[in-house]
Parts: sequence; structure tokens; C-alpha cells
Amino acid sequence: MSTAAPDADGRIAAAFAGAAQDGRAALVTFVTAGDGPTPSILDALVDGGADVIELGMPFTDPMADGAAIQAANIRALDAGTRTADILDVVRGFRDRHPDVPLVLMGYANTMLARGADWFAREAAAAGADGVICVDLPPEEQQDLAPALRGAGLHLVRLVAPTTGDARLAQVVGTASGFVYAVAVAGITGTQQATAEAIGAAATRIRAATDLPVAVGFGIRTPDDAARVARVADGVVVGSAIVDIVAKHGALSPSPVRAFVQSLRTGIDTARQETSA
Amino acid sequence: MTIANSLRSQPDARGHFGIYGGRYVAETLMPPILELEREYEAAKADPAFRAALDDLLAHYVGRPSPLYYAEGLTERLRGSAEAGKGAKIYFKRDELNHTGAHKINNCVGQILLARRMGKTRIIAETGAGQHGVATATVCARFGLPCTIYMGARDVERQSPNVFRMKLLGAEVVAVESGARTLKDAMNEALREWVAHPEDSFYLIGTAAGPHPYPAMVRDFQSVIGEEARAQILEREGRLPDLLVAAIGGGSNAIGLFHPFLDDMDVAMLGVEAAGEGLDGRHAASLAGGRPGILHGNNTYLLQDEDGQITEAHSISAGLDYPGIGPEHGWLKDIGRVEYTAVTDAEALDAFQLLCRSEGIIPALEPAHAIAAVVARARTMDRDRIIIANLCGRGDKDIFTVASALGVAI
Repeated sequence: MSTAAPDADGRIAAAFAGAAQDGRAALVTFVTAGDGPTPSILDALVDGGADVIELGMPFTDPMADGAAIQAANIRALDAGTRTADILDVVRGFRDRHPDVPLVLMGYANTMLARGADWFAREAAAAGADGVICVDLPPEEQQDLAPALRGAGLHLVRLVAPTTGDARLAQVVGTASGFVYAVAVAGITGTQQATAEAIGAAATRIRAATDLPVAVGFGIRTPDDAARVARVADGVVVGSAIVDIVAKHGALSPSPVRAFVQSLRTGIDTARQETSA
Repeated sequence: MTIANSLRSQPDARGHFGIYGGRYVAETLMPPILELEREYEAAKADPAFRAALDDLLAHYVGRPSPLYYAEGLTERLRGSAEAGKGAKIYFKRDELNHTGAHKINNCVGQILLARRMGKTRIIAETGAGQHGVATATVCARFGLPCTIYMGARDVERQSPNVFRMKLLGAEVVAVESGARTLKDAMNEALREWVAHPEDSFYLIGTAAGPHPYPAMVRDFQSVIGEEARAQILEREGRLPDLLVAAIGGGSNAIGLFHPFLDDMDVAMLGVEAAGEGLDGRHAASLAGGRPGILHGNNTYLLQDEDGQITEAHSISAGLDYPGIGPEHGWLKDIGRVEYTAVTDAEALDAFQLLCRSEGIIPALEPAHAIAAVVARARTMDRDRIIIANLCGRGDKDIFTVASALGVAI
């Protein structure tokens, strides 16, 4: 169903398959690169039980992000974070965590600034597994998708509540790695959709693709995560983690680890409760 | 001339002007944008839509705007030019429109489209406040609630327009993020649209953003050039030699230029804001930027090596934007339009020159165009004709100008 994935047996597929074998959803966690002590925060995410890492590339104009991630972008840029620094973070992470998939998430302009080939080559060499480019719909993917494919990187696609059935086939047809289902029409960190709506969305997307479906936007608590984990292959949590980094700064790895552990507990018990 | 050779047939079906333009938006916005494109194409082909638009342009906006021979300025420049030099200067008087700028031309078109689509609220961004006022105006006229996003810095320096918008019933949201100017207002309006794509219509004020906005706004603003072309043929019996217009996002310029693009004897000059100078802080994305992706389109942007957008600066809030409409990027690359840049100081001089030589107080945006006209007219023969777009009046800018001139009012 999906296009020939660059690395169909790679870390992303293994992470989702491993979670599925455990009878649970995968936990996908987001932080913004350069906001706080990123390498230690990434270690905390893994220690806490994250299965997939989304590493945000800060941008001056994050149009699809809510207040929390906007502020994280500004903090990261004000701290002097450059693209080269982000690639260094990826390289270090890959050395420490050879099996945990990492996806770079950001906006087209920072990914294309030195050319798509440069970005794809550097990201792959650093050890990234894929890319989420927020403002690059399938209609414009020629700018980046061929370069990513050539470098063996996945292009993870977002599906929105506004994405109709005909368009859904087109969107997931250009996706690889996993599909990121946006739970609500809106920016990151906004209110969560109902469990029914999330379930219906996951079912609809699963019918259109064999790729794992992870649901995100507005998932802030272990209970939220558990609710989504009952119906989706993956649960994405971003703004709630970014809020912890905002509050604790240099001291954030420990509370981030504790929070991610609580999310994992919610996810791990979700389907047991369902079957009980 | 065949259609294929026309410079007026852009963009392509995917909304691209050469490598520029396109639809670089989050997936949530793709369906609304595709719907907007379909609805706009249908409206364009509907004689009833055209008739309603023409009626509003004539009786509400006050079109056609005059094409005025600026004899006072022409003669003054001839007085300081070499013998035989000093082109004849005409102004397209779009500052005489209802609400005092060209922005209303586009707003009446988009509000009719919003009603046709059954949308129940309007959102918009504004820089100088002229587009916000024009949007609030058409929303009041048609009874639609509207929210205007405006950078907090622009709210401070354009307070008369903020008050106008509120008088007209609009909600004005001061945007505190980023540089607190037009680009940040546009980010916030896009965030609001992404959260309310079903009921909200995003009324973009310039010929930029994701397709179909650059083409649609250009089409609505092309009334400027269509009128000017007919008016100069009637007045002079021939086409002009040079068109001049200021460029922020570039809607007044593309509106004047587009109907003349296939008239290859008509030269065109777009004037960006050079702010403190091109080696300092400025807003000239063609002169000092390079192509990239922001606000839904690929275009020239002020940015660093990493693709981070850098802050624009201009004394004119309406030109204070780090990007430009994508069609201008294409017209620059193919060489059809020449682009130049004018500093804050040069614009201020031109502002005062026009006040005294013509009895017209221009907005700071067209003051940039006037500065370029002054430089060019002196070097052109007397039998040459320039048309400059006087796209806004200066009432909103008197506080900014007074401050720049060191006058307390």
C-alpha cells in the first residue's frame, strides 16, 4: 500500500512492531532542539519509555504551532541554536541509542535552506530515520521527497481532520515510516478531540494504509494517552513535554523522565483495561 | 501574439510562477485552500459575481480612480533637470478610494467570495492597518464578524487605523510574537484559520500566501492597471513608457503592472523599502534576500544561511515585511520588471515634496514610489510618460512622519 519505504525494516518499523508485540501502542515524544539541555532530555525521553523521538527543528515562524512550541522555538533560537548544532545532537543521540528511531520535525525553509540534497545527506549521516515537514503537502513534495528517498530517510505525513477520503489516499500514498494523524483541526497544544473522533480517524486512516498510525495534538496526560492508545498504533506527545522544559530548563531531564514514565504507564495499561 | 507567449498567463495549474508560489501549508489547510481555488474559479466565470463586484467597485469604492497629470511635480523636476529632460508624470489616484488605499479593491472581491462560499466570519492580517481597515469596512458593510491580527509594534505606530477598525466593529488582536509586525500577524492569522477552517474565511491583503491568493489578489487589484491603461490611451493616445509602484507584499504593484505585462514597450519599476540602507536594516527581499518558503509560498525572503527569517525594517509599516509576492520574484528573474529600493530618508523627502508640489499627502508606501519617480523622471526626455501608483493617502502616517522630522504634535 505505501510507497517503497527507504528502509522498510528500519528502526521506525521495528519500534512500532515491538510495541505491537507487547500489546500496546508506541509512545512518540517531541522536544524542540536547543531548548534546554537537549541531549540529556532526549536520554530522559528514552529512559522514560519513549519508542520514537521527534526532534523539532526551531524556526522563526512556526505557523502550525501553538504558544508552547512557539515559545520553545524562540528560546532555542535565542540560545543560538543552528542547524549544525541540531545535526550534532542527532549524531550524539545515535551514538548513545543505536536502536531508537529519531525523526526530525520542522518547516520547509530550514530544511531547504542549503538545498534538499544537503539536508537529506546530513540528516541521514547524523543518524536520523525520517523527516516530518509540516508545511510540505504532497502537492509540493518534489522539493524534498526525492532527496529524502535518495538518502534512505522516511517522509512521515500528517493527516488532518479536514483531509477527505479521496485526498487521504493521496497523502498516505506519499508517506513512509508512519502516518501522523492530527487529532484536531488546529495548532499544536490545542484541545483534544473526543475518543470517538480519534477512534474513527484511526480506523479511517488504517483502511487506507499499512503504515502504523500515530495520533497527536492535545494529548497532555497519562489518561489522554491511554484513551488514544486503545485505538491507535502510536501516541504523540509534544507540547506537554515542552511545557516541562519551559518550566525546569536545565533541570528538566528528571521531570521529563518522570512524566514520560507516567505516559508509558497509561499506555501500557490501556488495552489491559479494555480487555478486562 | 499567442496565449502561450503571454506573460499574463501565470501561474500554472499548481499555483507556481516559475519556481515561485505554490501551496506550502500544513495538511489541515490544504483542503480549505483547494476549496477556495475551486470556488474562486467558479466565481470568476460567473457573470453575476462580476456584476456584483463591478457595482461595488463603482458605487462603494468609487472607481474608476482618476489618472491625474501631476503638473506641479513634473514642472518642478524639469526645473532642476538638464534641458529637454523631465518626463511627464501621472498618478493613478488609488488613494482616493473609499478607506484611502488600494486595499479595498481586493477586499470587496474577497468578501463577495466569502459570502458566496457561505463563510460566517472573516480573519485578516494587517501591517500599516490599511488592509485591516478595508477588511473591517467590507465586513461592516456585509454584516460579517471579523478579527484582525496586527503586530503589536504596528498597533503602536498606526494607532489611528486601530481606532478606525474598532469603530467599524472589528476585533483587533495585537500579536506579541516575533518582531511584532506584519509577518507575525500573518503567522497568527494562519493559526486561527487552521483552527477554524470550516467557518472562517482568511482575507489575505497582499498578492502572497498559498495559491490561489497571489493570483486572486492580483486579479482583484488588476482593476488599477486596466483603468490606467484605458485612461492613458484616452488622455495621451499611447501607452506610458514607465510604470512605478511601491512593493511590500506587492499587491498594488502587480495590480498596476499585470495588465501591461504583454506591452513590451512599457517598462516597469518596483520599489522596495531600503530602510536604513541595503547594508543596514531594510525590507528589500528582492535586493537583499534569496528564495525560500514562508507563509505558504516560495518567494524571495530575508533570511540567514539556516533559513531563519530575519526581521525587516522600514519606516513604512505597510512595506515592513521580509517577503514579497511570488509573481514579483518571477518577474524579476525573467527581467520583465526592474526592481529598485528607496531608503526611509529618501521616502520622507519624497513625502514632503509631494505635499508641497501637488497638495497631496501620500502614504509612506507610495512615497517610496515617488522617490524613485523623482530620480527617473529627471533622466527621461520630456515627451516620455510615467505612471506611478499613488496607492494610499498619508493621514495615517502623519504621526510617524512628525516623529521622523523631530516635530512634536
